[in-house]
Amino acid sequence: MTPRRGGRFVRRLAHRIGGGTPDTASAVWETVQLARHQDRPYPLDYIERLSPQFEELHGDRLYGDDPAIVAGLGRYRDEPVAIIGHQKGRDARDRAYRNFGMPGPEGYRKAMRVMAIADKLNMPVITLIDTPGAFPGAGAEERGQGGAIARSMQVMLRLRVPTVAVVIGEGSSGGALALGVTDRVVMLENATYSVISPEGGAAILWRDAGKARDAAAAFQPTAATCYRWGIADSVVPEPPGGAHKDHDEAARLLDGYLSRVLRELSALSPADRRRQRRERYRRLGAFRELPLTDGAAVAAGRLEPPSRNGTP
Amino acid sequence: MSVDKLRRRKSAPPAKRTPADDRSCPGCQSHYRAEEMRRNLRVCPVCGHHFPVSARERLDQLAEGAEWRELWPELRASDPLQFVDLQPYPDRLERAEAGGLGEAIVCAELTVGGQACIVATMDFGFLGGSMGSVVGEKLARACDRSVERHLPLVIFTASGGARMQEGVLALMQMAKSVVAFEAMQDAELPIVVVLCHPTTGGVWASFAALGDVTYAEPGALIAFSGPRVIEQTTRERLPDDFGRAEVQKANGQVDDVVDRRDLVARISAVLAILGRPAGDTAAPAMAWAQLHAEKARTMAQGLPTLSKRLVSRVLGADEETSPR
Repeated sequence: MTPRRGGRFVRRLAHRIGGGTPDTASAVWETVQLARHQDRPYPLDYIERLSPQFEELHGDRLYGDDPAIVAGLGRYRDEPVAIIGHQKGRDARDRAYRNFGMPGPEGYRKAMRVMAIADKLNMPVITLIDTPGAFPGAGAEERGQGGAIARSMQVMLRLRVPTVAVVIGEGSSGGALALGVTDRVVMLENATYSVISPEGGAAILWRDAGKARDAAAAFQPTAATCYRWGIADSVVPEPPGGAHKDHDEAARLLDGYLSRVLRELSALSPADRRRQRRERYRRLGAFRELPLTDGAAVAAGRLEPPSRNGTP
Repeated sequence: MSVDKLRRRKSAPPAKRTPADDRSCPGCQSHYRAEEMRRNLRVCPVCGHHFPVSARERLDQLAEGAEWRELWPELRASDPLQFVDLQPYPDRLERAEAGGLGEAIVCAELTVGGQACIVATMDFGFLGGSMGSVVGEKLARACDRSVERHLPLVIFTASGGARMQEGVLALMQMAKSVVAFEAMQDAELPIVVVLCHPTTGGVWASFAALGDVTYAEPGALIAFSGPRVIEQTTRERLPDDFGRAEVQKANGQVDDVVDRRDLVARISAVLAILGRPAGDTAAPAMAWAQLHAEKARTMAQGLPTLSKRLVSRVLGADEETSPR
């Protein structure tokens, strides 16, 4: 077979995944920087290229409109689709308007509203994830930030239509996962997906936000890690140097993957999709099962770990 | 040195408000013996302050003296990331396990005020009640067991959120817990969630917010982002009662704030309302089938006429047109 770009990428990725050794701190930090690069394509950049006749919808019909989430209806490969994504701003004014891609509950409720339309009209849902997390603010809390994220996940699990999530930049915390409970999750080569942003993790665990580099190295939020654990189903290559170098090429590479996976998913029945989606998340986790050493203690109603003092 | 400075130094130090141990009430400084604390359900009888309760003690309170048996005590956390922050994750786990618990959640099958149910209780004392893979797995198994035994599920939350040390796998437990609740949805079984102090982060943003009936203990902090994070990020000055159960009730986030001493009565009362005699399970299936048959009919009507013509060609034109 003639060597192709994809071939080289696959080899590079296989090396990183199969190597077993975690990426070095500097390599991880470089990925974090790339994932947040200010010239990196955002959802509207992908939408412009993949679905030019996009009709953006606004408002959650309850309280307001959240510019940190872009949601609407478009045509992709001559089929109707719903596209939802976290939108960051590029210049200072735009960034403040988009709230740095940190949605409040209105954003997630808007997303749920658009998902409901997609479910009703039987069109696939594509989500594009790129957020440092849901917005931490008193107003967001009052209007039910936690519940909005939880319900968004629940709505996504119940959709009958095919759903695909693409982590295009940084995916941090529940704010990212709220749009990420889908049939397939794919990460771009330099995207990150983590329980919390490196700065947030450093502030909590090291009590020093300046230790973000150490936190990033510890969390290993790279595509290779997520692929190894089955959190990401595939990794899509980026143009040489990163997606910010060539938006058209980045969109073209994503297009190749998306069209294939949507075809694959639409071949399944709605019930199968929903069942497989549930099973996908039910499986995730890493834990040990100890052999039960003291059956008598269990039968008596209390199991204390052997050779340790019980609770005082 | 100025006189002011000297004077100020003399007036210090300020009186220590923090109590000396966990049996002194931070609200009214009353002090209790260990036995009294347990008898009072760890609520101050003078001012009503709610002290934290460990998972095991909570189950004892609910069982009211009856024996209970922990479900799946053999599940233990592993260290998939080989995570090291200020100390290695396995060391943290070992210290936490020395307290007598296997993980931050304890599940049991109980009778609460006469109502049989599956109870899952989180313990803030075990690594801040954080949700890692084991918590996700136990919740999923608790839901499966509820379905299997056809019992309602009662969950007590007390957690700082997802367990950082398990990285993105901990984040995925949020989705896993929501998936677990889907089984309860299919089986049409109720879920009661009691939010205890504190319920924050990924736990509040997943299963804790999805109960059918949601109670909160007085004074419990319920928030996605804690007050410290919000103050650091937005430079807002937050009121002292930010995110507290009473405020969250006013915000419409919880059904009621329930005193711990009334919890057993309230939970059993709501479960009694929702209880159904066994053997009644065919009705929902019938309703479901009828609903979907109706939907299929509506959709078939909407099919383009072309396909109707195709059908008639296959069946033969006379069959379609000639009345018999």
